[in-house]
Order: sequence, then C-alpha cells, then structure tokens
Amino acid sequence: MTLLTVQNLSLSIGPLPILRDVSFSIAPGEIVAITGESGSGKSMTALSVMQLLPDSAAAQGEILLQDRNLLTVPEPDLCAIRGNDIGMVFQEPMTALNPVKTIGAQVVETILIHAATTKREAQAQAAAMLTRVGLPQDQFPLSRYPHELSGGQRQRVVIAMAIARRPRLLIADEPTTALDVTTQARILDLLQDLVTEFDMGLLMITHDLAVVADMAHRIIVMRHGEIVEQGETQSLLANMQHPYTKALFEASAHQVDLPPQRETAAPILSVQNAIRDYALPRTTLFAQRQFHRAVNAVSFDIHHGERVGLVGESGCGKSTLTRAILGLEPLQFGAISAFDSPVGPDMPAATRAKIQVVFQDPYGSFNPRHRVARILSEPFHLDPNAPKGATLANTIATVLSDVGLTPSDATKYIHEFSGGQRQRIAIARALITKPELIIFDEAVSALDVSIRAQILDLIADLSRRHNLAYLFISHDLSVVRTVTDRVLVMQSGEIVEHGDTEGVFTDPQHTYTRSLIAAAPVLPDLKEAQNAPA
Amino acid sequence: MTLSRTILFGGLLSSLIVTAALLSFLWTPYDITQLDIPNKLQTPSATHWFGTDHFGRDIFSMIMVGARTSLAVALVAVGIGMGLGVPLGLWAASRQGGWTDEIIMRGNDLIFAFPSLVIAILITAILGPGAINAIIAIGIFNIPVFARLTRAGALPLWQREFILAARVAGKSPARISLEHILPNVANLLIVQGTIQFSLGILAEAGLSYVGLGAQPPTPSWGRMLADAQTMVAFAPHLALIPGLAIVSAVLGLNLLGDGLRDHLDPKIRVMRA
Amino acid sequence: MLRYALKRLLSLLISLAIASVVIFAVIEIAPGDPASFMLGLNAQPDTVAALRTELGLDVSKAQRYLNWVGGMLTGDFGTSYTYRTPVGGMIRDRIWVSLPLALYALTLSTLIAFPVGIYAAARRGKPGDLTVMGATQLGIAVPNFWFAMMLVLIFAINLRWFSAGGFAGWDEGAAAALKSLTLPAIALALPQSAILARVMRSSLLDILGEDFMRTARAKGLSRRQALFRHGLRNALIPVLTIIGMQFAFLLAGGIIIEQVFFLPGLGRLIFQSISARDLIVVESVVMLLVFLVIMVNFVVDLAYAAVDPRLRART
Repeated sequence: MTLLTVQNLSLSIGPLPILRDVSFSIAPGEIVAITGESGSGKSMTALSVMQLLPDSAAAQGEILLQDRNLLTVPEPDLCAIRGNDIGMVFQEPMTALNPVKTIGAQVVETILIHAATTKREAQAQAAAMLTRVGLPQDQFPLSRYPHELSGGQRQRVVIAMAIARRPRLLIADEPTTALDVTTQARILDLLQDLVTEFDMGLLMITHDLAVVADMAHRIIVMRHGEIVEQGETQSLLANMQHPYTKALFEASAHQVDLPPQRETAAPILSVQNAIRDYALPRTTLFAQRQFHRAVNAVSFDIHHGERVGLVGESGCGKSTLTRAILGLEPLQFGAISAFDSPVGPDMPAATRAKIQVVFQDPYGSFNPRHRVARILSEPFHLDPNAPKGATLANTIATVLSDVGLTPSDATKYIHEFSGGQRQRIAIARALITKPELIIFDEAVSALDVSIRAQILDLIADLSRRHNLAYLFISHDLSVVRTVTDRVLVMQSGEIVEHGDTEGVFTDPQHTYTRSLIAAAPVLPDLKEAQNAPA
Repeated sequence: MTLSRTILFGGLLSSLIVTAALLSFLWTPYDITQLDIPNKLQTPSATHWFGTDHFGRDIFSMIMVGARTSLAVALVAVGIGMGLGVPLGLWAASRQGGWTDEIIMRGNDLIFAFPSLVIAILITAILGPGAINAIIAIGIFNIPVFARLTRAGALPLWQREFILAARVAGKSPARISLEHILPNVANLLIVQGTIQFSLGILAEAGLSYVGLGAQPPTPSWGRMLADAQTMVAFAPHLALIPGLAIVSAVLGLNLLGDGLRDHLDPKIRVMRA
Repeated sequence: MLRYALKRLLSLLISLAIASVVIFAVIEIAPGDPASFMLGLNAQPDTVAALRTELGLDVSKAQRYLNWVGGMLTGDFGTSYTYRTPVGGMIRDRIWVSLPLALYALTLSTLIAFPVGIYAAARRGKPGDLTVMGATQLGIAVPNFWFAMMLVLIFAINLRWFSAGGFAGWDEGAAAALKSLTLPAIALALPQSAILARVMRSSLLDILGEDFMRTARAKGLSRRQALFRHGLRNALIPVLTIIGMQFAFLLAGGIIIEQVFFLPGLGRLIFQSISARDLIVVESVVMLLVFLVIMVNFVVDLAYAAVDPRLRART
C-alpha cells in the first residue's frame, strides 16, 4: 500500500518550466530522499506535495495522498490536510518560527486548527509532543519564546509542530543543513525514530549524499527538474545506472591529488597564546562588563608550504581567529607574527600582501559595482611596487588563467558569473600579490558538490605549482581530511586537539574530536557497497 | 529596459514644474510686479489662464515664479541634508557600536524630537522670517533623515565579505566608505532624495503660509494660499490653483521616487516623516 | 521588562536635559534685551534695570537656566514679558485645544489607515490595491492646510455643516468642542493616514515573505488566518514607529491648522509671542512640545517591548 503517489508531475512558474514528469511514491514507515544540486527542483517537488506553491505556478499530473489528488482538492480542504495529514519541516530553524509567539502557542495552534478539543487538552498534547522531540517541560516550558532557544532546539519545535497531529506523511526540506554536525546527527536520529514510532512516510529533501545514504530507504536523484534515477538505497548505491548519479557520488567523496609536502623550514605564521575577548552587553546599567572569551590561549605555527586544517562547529571561535590572523582585530593577550613581523591592525603592508584570504560566500565577496579587474587589483592597495598599466593587465590576465578563467573576464561585472566561477575569482584575488599563505574561510561550503570538487582540485593544483601554505577552515570534516596535512580541532575558543590529519581522523584522542567524527555522516565506500549483496 | 508608467508620469509632472520655474527667469505671460487693480479677482479666462488675484496680478505668472521659490528652497534643503547627513551616516556606520556612532545617532534622535516646524519657529524667532531661514529649518531636519538612512544602508554592507576583503587589503574605513559603501547605498539616497525634495516643497509651502517663509515681494505658493484665505468664499480659484500646483509638484516627485525605487531596487524602504 | 523600561526612562531624561539646554541656548542667542524691548526706545536705564530684576534677567546665564528648568519642574513657567501673566496659565488654556486636536487626528489617521493598509496588502496587485495605492499617493501630496481650506470651502461655506473656524470651548460640552475640532482633525489626519496606510501595507507584505508565514500555512492555516494570527503583530512593529513620528508631526502640524481655523491653541500662542518677542513664552511652549514628543517616543518604545518579546529579553 502506498501513502503518497506522485505521477507525471510537471510544474511551471510563469513561463519558467520547473519540473518535468516527476513520478515516485512513498509507503508508510518509509524514508524517501530526494537529492540533487541547487536548481534540480527538489524543494519545488516538496512544495508541490504541500500545495504551497507561488500563485503563478501551474502543475499537471497527479499527486495522490492515498486516494485524493491534491492538485484538484479545493483550498479549504487543503488547509484541513496541511498540518493534519502532511506535516512539514523547513531548512532554516532561526526564521521558521514566529518570533512574537511562544513555542507553546505555536504548537498548540497546529492542534487547535485541526482538532475539536479544549485549549487545556491541546496544551497537554503540545507539552507531550515537545517532550517527545527532546524538549522536556521542566527545561523548555510552553511559555518560552523562539529567541530563547538554539537553532537545534528551534528545529525540534518545528518538528513538534509538524508532527503534533501525527500526520501520515512528513516532508523535511533540508532539515539539518543549517545545523552543526553533532546537532544534525541528533535531529536525524529523532526523525528516524519518529518515522518508526508513528509509522509515517518521510519525504526528505537534502543535498547531502552522506545523509541520504545513511538514512533513506529509497533515493531519488534529480537534475534540472527531472528524476534521473531512483531506487532502493542499497541497490542504487551498488549499481548506479545514470552517469550523473555516478558523477554526483564521486564528487561528494572527491579525493584531491594533494602533492606531498615539501621539507619545511622555519614557520611563516606563528600564533602564540592568542586570547580575544568580546564585551557582552551590560546586563544591568551599572554592572561590571562581562566578557566572552572567543579565542582562548590558542597557539600554533604554519610552516612554508604547509596545508593546515581548522575544524570546529559554529561559535567555536574559528571566525574570530581568522580575523585576528588577517590583522583585522587586535588580541587582548598573546601575539601573532608572520614573516617575522607582528600581525595586527597596524601590520606592515608587505606582510599584509603575503597573507590573503578566500571567503565563503561567492555572492557577498565582491562589490557588485566593480569590474573583475578592479576587484582583482584591490590587494595591491598598500603596495608601493604595485604593477600599473600594461603590467597590471598582464598580472590580472595571468592570475585569471591560473584559476581556469580567461583574461577577457577582467572587464566583466561579477553578476555575469556563476557561483563556482565567482569562487575562482575570489581565489584569483587572493593569488594576485603572490602570497605565501592563504586563509580559506569555509571557501567551498556554499558550493554544490560537483563545483566543490573542481575548486578543491584547483586548490591542490595551486599548492603544487606555487608551493602555497594555507589554513583551510571548515566545518566539513571530509573536505578537511582530503586537502590538509595537519589539522587543528577547535572547541569553545580552544584548540583541543592537533596533529597529522590522517592520524587525527583515524585515531582521535580528544572526546570532542571523537564525537565530531562520529556525528559526521559518511558516504559508504562505493566499491565495497557494490560487492555487498543488494 | 523600459521605464514604468509611474516613472514616466511622475517625471512628466516634475519636469513640467521645473520647466515652468526655469522659464520664469526668461518669460512670464504678465509682469507680476505690475499691479492691475481694475482687473482684480478675475476668474480663469483666455487672457488670464488662471485668473487674477486681489491686486490684479496674473496668477499663472505668479505660479511660475512661485515654482522657482519652492524648488529652490526644497533643493537646497535636500542638499544640506545630504551634504551633512550622508557623511555622518557613513562615519557612524564605520564606527558601529563605538561612541562616535552613539553620539551621532543620539544627536539625530534629538533633532527628530524637535518637530521640523518647531525648528523653523525657533529659527525665525531668532533670525526673523525669510526664505534662507526656511531653507535652514528644512535642511536641518533633513540631516538626520539622510544620516539614519545612510547608516541603515551601510551597516549590513559592513558585514559583507567584500568589505572584509577591502580591509584585508589594508584600506582605511574612510576609503572603504567612499569606494565600497557609498556606491552601494546610492540607489537608496536617490530614491529618498526625491521624496525629501517633495516633502521640502510641502514644508516650504507650510512655512510661507504662516508667514515664516519667503517674504514679499518674492512670490511663493504658500503665501498665495495665505492671501487667498480671506477671499476663499467669493474667489475660490485663488485658493484652488496654488494648492493644485503644490499637489502636482509633490505628486510628480513622489511618483518619480517610487518609480525609481521599483526600477532600481524594489526592496528599498522609504522614510516618510 | 522593568529593566528595559528604566533604561528607556533614563535615556528620556537625558534627552530632555539636552533639549532644554539647546532651547535655552538658542533663545539666548536671540538679539535684543526683553526688558528694553518691552519698555521701548525711550526708557530710562534705571527703569530697564528694575524690570530686568523683576523678570529675573539680572543673574548669570547658568543661574537663569537653572531657574527656568527648576520653575518648570514645579509648574512655574515664568511670567510673560508681554502680558505680565504666568506663562503656565496661558499654556494650560491652550493645550486643551492643541493636545485633543492631535489625539483626535491620530485616532482618525489610525482608524482609516489600518483597514485600508490591510485591505491593500491582502489584495496585492489587484485593482482594489492599485486604487487604494493611487489614492494614498494623492493623499500624501496634499498639503494639510490647503486641504483644510478646501474643507472649509465645502463643509462650512457651501454646506454650512460646520462653522468655518473658532473653538466652542470645553465648557459648552464635549460634543460641541469635538465638533469644532472635527474639520481640523480631518485635515490633519487624511494626509497622515495615507502615509500610515502605505507603511502598514508594505510592512505586511514584508512579513508575508517571512519563513514563519510559510510555516503557518504548512500547519493548515488559510491565507487570511495566517495574515491575522501571525502577520499582523509582526507588521505592527514598524507601524508603531511611524505612529510615534506622526504624533510629533500632528502636534506641530496643528500649529498651522490652528491658523486656518482660528483655533486658540499653542500655535496661535507661539505666533503671537514671536511677533511680540515674548521669548519666555516661545521658549516654554517649544520645550513643552519637545517634552510631549519625547514622551510619545518613550511610550512607543514601551509598546515595542509589549509587541516584541525579543526586546523585553534584551536589556
């Protein structure tokens, strides 16, 4: 018996075709994952089932929830189905809850819309449901507001709201993408438990193939609004039919060909006992100021040509440390020096030129009003020997070719480039002063897997050609593992473990490192899976 | 790219007023300094398109010259507001959270606590009435509008990574403000500037109406209305026409501003106060 | 919440203190000595000196400032240079015209703007929305004193429903007093309601795009239910700011409207005092207006906290 059957679903928004001939089904108690890169139409498929599409959307085909075609059900009946028969969990827990209503009121609302029950009874049910998702009443009473909870806790509230009426189908659209890896593991466990307990169908939308492989019973791979391949997880992993599926999984598990590290000389960057405090807002008007120690007694060196990783979850102090190394913020105690001169807001221009940075967001890293040539020449700002005129044009052309773009791109504006190309431009900007150290601050985290693989290859290639040292900061353990020689693990402002990358990953010493590695979903070794019985 | 009907209509209306104002330097149908008592209080006709006032002056000509006063006062007031407000806003944003920011923003709040008319009254109480003092009064009130707007537009930009990249290159906050922040808040300023321009025309009319603006013999729309007040019962066109002139100028600029907003960046929020 | 209120109160007191210094200093810059002005050009120096003593002008500036502020705190606003009567009494008579007028106009403006703004937001892009938005564009462009003149022309001179001006006084009963404030209040309120309706609409449209509105729909709320249960309260936050600013504008704008309708309010008082160079009255009325505006902002700040729990939590 199937719970949800989608047949030949086609969708367009205005003149734009979004989905074509999408067909799949979900049985009670089954976890079906739709995966694909951005623009594949996976989220739109979820919103189609929910019938929460933009007004200009037009759909053909059938979406059968048991025997009712949701495409023909009138809106008032759809309202009775949403929240009652189908629940939905969204990607961004920080904004998915109404900030001016208590969490209790928001869960109670789901119950009261659909059930003829008293408010008191609904509150009791809401309390039970919040407890079930891991928010016990003694710590998280109904009267709490969303802003008093962390991201993971808010996502639990969203889940409680979605399952309060014990719907037959739960749709989760990238439910853990915005969360840290350890939180992600707990939320995924919760979802799996709920599926079993309530015998729900779960339609999971995610770009993360490791998550998919870990928990889905069946996998649907989408690209450009079409399903390229679907099947039972084990057999699909063991026997991929479509080249795109293979490419996708290969890119996810991509191992770069990192050149062996050369003999190292003296350190080029040395962080000694770095401490950075932030003043917290005063709790009372005349109270002593309280401080938050973002970076606590951190010490490490980076040697010439060395590739170092820095991992940790959000709020662990990675970004603060990065800013300190770039000389954007002063330290309270300790010292950072690079190339034998101190690093800080007043560091010499020559030192500045030798340390460059690549940021995470391919869309926010460039002034949208400047052309590429102007963007690329910005790091020369303080350099008295900066190339000018034809020399500068040559330098720009060289560095663009270096990152796989063409010299003619110099005259374009940034909006003419895709996300992956933008990240190449960001790398070109970091390379133009011929630096010896580059900080990659979550530089591949916002990219789709296939683009990510290309950028990682580029980084390895540049390291080979220019003998670059870099500090690679990421929350993604698998990426750090493939592009670094040495790794630092950071928790609550401190380096809790450091060492040779392979060593740390295969034999972690600190409990925090162990929990990080345990929480990170891993792609099964595909060759092994292919040999395993399907 | 096609321009919307809002921009075209607003632009047409605004340029009509601007043309009338500029043309009045060279030519008006009648000389408004010449009194023509026998022909006073005429209703609109072929000889006097908008009629004549209680001194027999041609109202069409007075509207043309009055446009000059209104536009000049409003334009200079916007200039003062932008000239001082934008740098203050940029400076405050570059020192976000610091005491410079705090002082600039609290200073703005203080000006906001004085209703613009009260500022005008204070100024005229000291310096006496006149167009220049009206400009100062309206201009002062424009400063916090532009300062707040610029700061509000600049703050999220300071969090963007391209600003971090500029800081990594060693650029100073002042230079970043000019090179990276200002061009990216320009749309915001153009749209708000248009709106402030229209508000300036309204404010000038109000001040002239109560006798705090341009003084005779300089014609102004607001004073034409004040003169018309006692005669509104038997010569309503004296009150109707200058009022409609103000409405068209303000409406034209507002439509232009809103149209530009939709054209440049629909997310821009305009302040109206 | 209490801590938040106290903090706002402190900033209110600081604002008041600075405002009073600014006003005092500005009035001090004004050329001419009030005593000489009052006595005319031919006054004997010793008569002028005597009057200066009587008016309290013979002490240092700092002392005069302290006397002025101290007086106001105890309800003593000084003595009018022109009328030789207490300024406090003059203000008391007039404020019962100006303040009710501003509140009347604010009520009207809000009552019109809320339904109109919600209606337009709910029908975004449809003919109803476009009509309303066109009308508000026009409403914003109309100068309120001209609109007042047109109202007088239509409703007082032609239809004779209202008197063209003057104030019945509260002694004649609230109905008569309110009736004489009705045309002025409408003239003040309509242009403001046009602005407020636009803010309400755009604020609601912003909220409709928020993630939590989609969550509300996913729970099974209809569009309308989601708008009223989750949209409205969030949309109110920016609207409150505008309402606060409008009150300030209405108080000041009342000064001009009072001229149109010959209302004996603070506006009339201030203009008479300026032409008579009765600066102590100007000084005190301006201070009072600023005090009222700052108070309203304080109330708006408290209203924010009532609407938004995030503010209550933050100090």
